[in-house]
Amino acid sequence: MLPVAAAVIALAYPKVFSLPYPQHVGVLICMNALMAVAWNITGGYTGQVALGNTVFFGIGAYTSSLLLRDFGVNPWIGMLAGTILSMIAAVVLGYTTFRLRGYYFTIACIAMAEIVSAIVVNTRRLGGAVGVTIPIRDASLLNFQFHGTNKAPYYYTILTFLAVALFVVYRVERSKLGYYFRAIREDEDGARALGVNPARYKLIAFMLSALFTSVAGTFYAQYVMFIDPASVLAQPVSVSMCLMAVLGGLGTLWGPVLGAMALIGISEATRVTLGGTGQAVDLMIYGLLVIVFAVFQPTGLMGMLGKLKARKE
Amino acid sequence: MTFEILAQAVINGLLMGFVFALVAVGLSLILGVAQIINFAHGEFLMLGMYTAFWMWALFGLDPLVSLPISIGVLALLGVCVYKLITKRILDAPRLTQIFATFGLSIFLRSLAQFLWTPNSRMIQNSWVGDLRVALGGVYIGAPQLVAAAGAILAFGVIHWLVEKTEVGRAMMATAEDRDAAALMGINTEQMYTLAWAVGSACVGLAGGLLTTFYSVEPNIGLVFGTTASVVIALGGFGSIKGAFAAGIIVGLIQVVGGFLIGPAFKFAVVLTVYLVVVAVRPQGLLGKY
Repeated sequence: MLPVAAAVIALAYPKVFSLPYPQHVGVLICMNALMAVAWNITGGYTGQVALGNTVFFGIGAYTSSLLLRDFGVNPWIGMLAGTILSMIAAVVLGYTTFRLRGYYFTIACIAMAEIVSAIVVNTRRLGGAVGVTIPIRDASLLNFQFHGTNKAPYYYTILTFLAVALFVVYRVERSKLGYYFRAIREDEDGARALGVNPARYKLIAFMLSALFTSVAGTFYAQYVMFIDPASVLAQPVSVSMCLMAVLGGLGTLWGPVLGAMALIGISEATRVTLGGTGQAVDLMIYGLLVIVFAVFQPTGLMGMLGKLKARKE
Repeated sequence: MTFEILAQAVINGLLMGFVFALVAVGLSLILGVAQIINFAHGEFLMLGMYTAFWMWALFGLDPLVSLPISIGVLALLGVCVYKLITKRILDAPRLTQIFATFGLSIFLRSLAQFLWTPNSRMIQNSWVGDLRVALGGVYIGAPQLVAAAGAILAFGVIHWLVEKTEVGRAMMATAEDRDAAALMGINTEQMYTLAWAVGSACVGLAGGLLTTFYSVEPNIGLVFGTTASVVIALGGFGSIKGAFAAGIIVGLIQVVGGFLIGPAFKFAVVLTVYLVVVAVRPQGLLGKY
């Protein structure tokens, strides 16, 4: 029942709110939800706190954009190429880091992301620190570009990606794979003793995560039409995916979506009302809310909903 | 000639390494005892630098004179953060703890930008600012030398505190097993508070010393914070000696790597070395687990 209601609301949203700004917020929420859902596969279900997922976002954004700019390759094919590259990167990163436990792994991820960022910043061929402007084509679904003030086509595109990701996670959650993921999270050595190969399943989780993050990266590039290392290959990108998943509820299907709605909502509300003065009041309040939430609601929004439900019954 | 440039790079890297080491020792102490990585540690350093800057700008105090103030302010901040935030989530999942300190880092960075604008600020004409020592063809800046000396001194004091005193042993016992330590009559609450105070005081000192040759701006903590996390992981979590040694190594790698490959890649070189080390030794250089 609830998913149906959610789907109806999600589909009707751009019809009800036809102004560019609310549609833009809708796009932002779906895009960030996609990233948070992807992050949740490694961070939530498998329990590996990867704080370098901006690498996959960046690979997705840069691959499609550079292929389009330099070789005129269609962004959809670019997106596919990006996901393949991202998954290869996930395998490489995975093999080198999955032996590491806890914070060692987290910091290794941060290190990877910073290295890739440094390489892009210092390679003129990749746009360097200046970034890449995406060439303008005719507006059409085939070209993955929609111009004008109506952002509904972008919205429906990203909503579709999000729905696919949610469906995949839903299926994984209920499959053997999902049980392996959670077994690794709860007790890696125990899982190994029972014949689950942790390295192998962590790698699968990482690849899935990379795939969806990369798709979000290509979408971002086609939506904003400009990318640079500071916006797609930066630590804050990695952190915000994690924040949304944690805020919503780790290892839950809908948690990351709720988290994205809440965090984007808060950050847009504070930015619109208090930002623009260059005084960072919006970010101050945002940071404060994050702290307050962590302290008072450590199980996330899903945990809060669960408590409410339990009280009713 | 090339030899002299390389020698100069090594000296500079070594001196900077001591400052990294001091920052990392503070972070390591908090992680070791209170079991949490403070992702706002770099922002703490930033506040330490601003304390020194404002003491100079408003009251004309040289950063070396205002060191006790920077140390005190940061120790107090550490205690407040522990009592108000991290104490409440000691038993929460690790991710919730990370989440909270990320929020704190965003908050502190924006607070600094709100209060003091994003402009970068530099202390002019500090006592040691323009002095330097010539050693053959190699020049050693007095501010860096003083900072390194301060870091070594602070490390000595902390090492003595942890290894030789009753309080230090109680702190290490708490680090090893909180419940068992409590059963032995150790006031673990006090130990956690102390770890946060001393760990934060380290960046107060480091911040004060840095301002003699480094400008401060709200985002300064990002690089230093990430570097400190890498340093303690490289040294091995829970090892204060490891953190100090790794700090010096990182300082050296950064400058020498930057010299050999290009300054733009100096941080990337450090990170690559970290990855290579943990690929071989997943517990870091001196870590036990």
